[in-house]
Amino acid sequence: MKALNLRSIGLALLAPAIAIVVSVLVTTLVIAAVGSSPGDFWSAMFSNPLPRLRVNIVNQTATYYIAAVAAAIGFRMGLFNIGLEGQYTLASYAAAAFGGGAYLSGFANVLVSILIAIAVGAAWAGVAAVLKTTRGVSEVISTIMLNSIAVFLVGYLLNRYGVHIGNSVRTTTLAPSSNVPGFTPYLARDGEIWGLSLLAVVVGVGFWVLLNKTRFGFDLRASGMSPTAALASGINPNRMIITAMMLSGGVAGLIWLPALFGGAGAYGTSFQSGLGFIGISVALLGRNRPLGMLFGALLFAFLDTQSNTLTFSTNVPPSIVQITEGIAVLAVVVAFEVVRRWRARLEQRSVGQKPVAATEASA
Amino acid sequence: MTEGTDAVELRGIGKSFPGVIANHDVDLTIRQGTVHALIGENGAGKSTLMKILYGVQRPDEGTIRLNGEEVVLKSPTDAIQHGVGMVFQHFMLADNLTVLENLVLGAEKLYGIGDQARTEIARISDRFGFGLKPDVLVEKLGVADRQRVEIAKVLYRGARIIILDEPTAVLVPQEVEALFANLRELRDAGNSILFISHKLDEVLAIADDITVMRRGATVGTADPKTATKRQLAELMVGSELPSPETSESTVTDVEELKLTEVTVTDEFGRDLLSDISLTIRRGEVLGIAGVEGNGQSELVEMIMGMRIPSAGHITLGTEDVTHWHTRQLREAGIAYIPEDRQRHGLLLDAPLWENRMLGHQTQAPNAKGPWINRSGARKDTQRIMTEYDVRAPGIDTPSRALSGGNQQKLIVGREMSGDPVLLIASHPTRGVDIGAQAAIWDHMRRARRAGLAVLLISADLDELIGLSDTIQVLLRGRFVGTFDPSTVTPQDLGAAMTGGEAA
Repeated sequence: MKALNLRSIGLALLAPAIAIVVSVLVTTLVIAAVGSSPGDFWSAMFSNPLPRLRVNIVNQTATYYIAAVAAAIGFRMGLFNIGLEGQYTLASYAAAAFGGGAYLSGFANVLVSILIAIAVGAAWAGVAAVLKTTRGVSEVISTIMLNSIAVFLVGYLLNRYGVHIGNSVRTTTLAPSSNVPGFTPYLARDGEIWGLSLLAVVVGVGFWVLLNKTRFGFDLRASGMSPTAALASGINPNRMIITAMMLSGGVAGLIWLPALFGGAGAYGTSFQSGLGFIGISVALLGRNRPLGMLFGALLFAFLDTQSNTLTFSTNVPPSIVQITEGIAVLAVVVAFEVVRRWRARLEQRSVGQKPVAATEASA
Repeated sequence: MTEGTDAVELRGIGKSFPGVIANHDVDLTIRQGTVHALIGENGAGKSTLMKILYGVQRPDEGTIRLNGEEVVLKSPTDAIQHGVGMVFQHFMLADNLTVLENLVLGAEKLYGIGDQARTEIARISDRFGFGLKPDVLVEKLGVADRQRVEIAKVLYRGARIIILDEPTAVLVPQEVEALFANLRELRDAGNSILFISHKLDEVLAIADDITVMRRGATVGTADPKTATKRQLAELMVGSELPSPETSESTVTDVEELKLTEVTVTDEFGRDLLSDISLTIRRGEVLGIAGVEGNGQSELVEMIMGMRIPSAGHITLGTEDVTHWHTRQLREAGIAYIPEDRQRHGLLLDAPLWENRMLGHQTQAPNAKGPWINRSGARKDTQRIMTEYDVRAPGIDTPSRALSGGNQQKLIVGREMSGDPVLLIASHPTRGVDIGAQAAIWDHMRRARRAGLAVLLISADLDELIGLSDTIQVLLRGRFVGTFDPSTVTPQDLGAAMTGGEAA
């Protein structure tokens, strides 16, 4: 039994290991092909990050992780919520607009803003869910379109109600009392770790508990593994689609809040777009598992942050990192499938030898 | 092709799957230009053997010779290249394409997609009396025509050895006759046919040679000219013929399930079930006989709350449950053994203990309020494995790794847990080995004695007659006859199932 456990752990680590090796190899080849030095690239990438960058890595890990969990909630039941981008854009704007309006003060303002973000994200995802359950519209198509609608809607609202300063426009800046204090591990100029990064911990633990400890989580996984068996077991597929989609959208609403309340202060030029799609990649990389996605988020945050140093120390364009990330996701998906088949064959062989005794016993 | 050599020669074939030895020491010889019948009970290893011959599975041991030449078949493509074609029980046709398009699909290189292909199809159709109309959409065709398209597809690809997997299971008697006429034409043209079945009448009518399989091995051959059904049956089941017979009646007066003039309509407005009324009392087994596709699945899905009837009422105990959802019905004590256990009864990649929860995930011992009771479910899975003799390495094994019989025993054990009031059993022993079959029958009889009401749907007429207290025959969505199992014969049922014609 012990040996079996060791072997299964080994098998579990095999796939990510293969994926990392493959993505490193491919990146190296690409850099060499465009005539730059792979050596410079890797030594810059794996240099010890400056304190400022370390803080950035932690903040980005938290952000990516929330986005990944939002994606994973849908993925685990076979729903492809490609609309995280639109959901968190709209939710971030709504939270920033409400927070900046200063209807409440201090902590209450933060709390209500968070709830508004969750509600807006959930509602926007709910549109796709209702379209799917009532009209049979694929959530992939509807959420992609809802992404565009959300971006234009926010642009319109911002333009109409925002604060115009020169060429830029943003929501009203939060009152200082609504800034959530963070941690400053190094000097003040190296920046602080956003206080609401802790939301990532809450979301991660919540996701794990939901998935493994609750009936709802069981229904979610069952629906993902076999929609037909789920239906026969009494799971109402429409209700599951709506709940899972809205849950995914609600979590998506949280994605940018650590940044908003940790220094950005307003929805404007400092808004970080694209996090929804990064979340999808990280969820794929982490196989929708709470712990796996943590490593995925850390890896992506590390690569993205470190790539900033490339401009100074090498002639490799920072965007090359996106190739590494893309290959890593692709390689993980392929490697897991290969390892899964290999493991199934091993299992088959080991179980296949046993029933001789069983057949004789029954005869 | 060398004259005199055998078309197919399998020697010492062995194949194991997780939890089961599907084939061992299998020898099979098909002579040139003959129809060779391979018979055996469900789970005897017939399917595995033909999958090996068609290159879907690779044998662990043994040799395959085709026309005297030893071959290794790595895939169906390999098999087709060696002239082996297969017609599956479940047709693999694209409904929205025409007959011509279906035949050409994937074999465009042979005769192109134009006139040459059309000529070839006409040639095959005329040669063997298929009567194919190349431009008709497949969705417009009946079952028998689809089957001919499948056979033509195999011939179009140049097969000379044709495997037919239970081709008569979906046909009515006249269609069976027509199929046999086609098969004789094929045989007389020098093709070799492997005919898989467990219907002995048909085998004796069509086969030139018979090979019998039991428990994964070939146990004998028979000459259809001299063999009797009795002899074949004994070869198939061995000495230990399990009997599904129940002795004394346990029917009570308490009505458990009552359907009153229920009608189910599909999205196009056609009636799938018309005016169905039935009553099952506690301790009663109501058997439903019928050729597959006459409304059995719809009947089950309706009672399980997966289809809502367009008219009529369903009563469970004293409550009107017509519009209840599946989960409510399950919580009210309906146990369900689905027809297709892999699609509707199991999460194949989940461990056994999670499969034990499936369908009962809101009930003790699997749940406490909104939480999963992991230790309760795991302990109870252990209990089921012991009581129902589920053979698996442990409760953390994924259910995919179990053999069909063990998967089914797990499902039966799960559904019998928690004192159900009504059991809906769809083909409960389909595809399981004889040992598991006897065990499942025992469990059903015991539950019936304890007052369980059972709706039993089965294609195995002996099982229906042996276990049921009453048998209803379903034909085109209507009940067409009620029979007393103590007096009815399989022939009577067969006649009713096909609309009164002699089976």
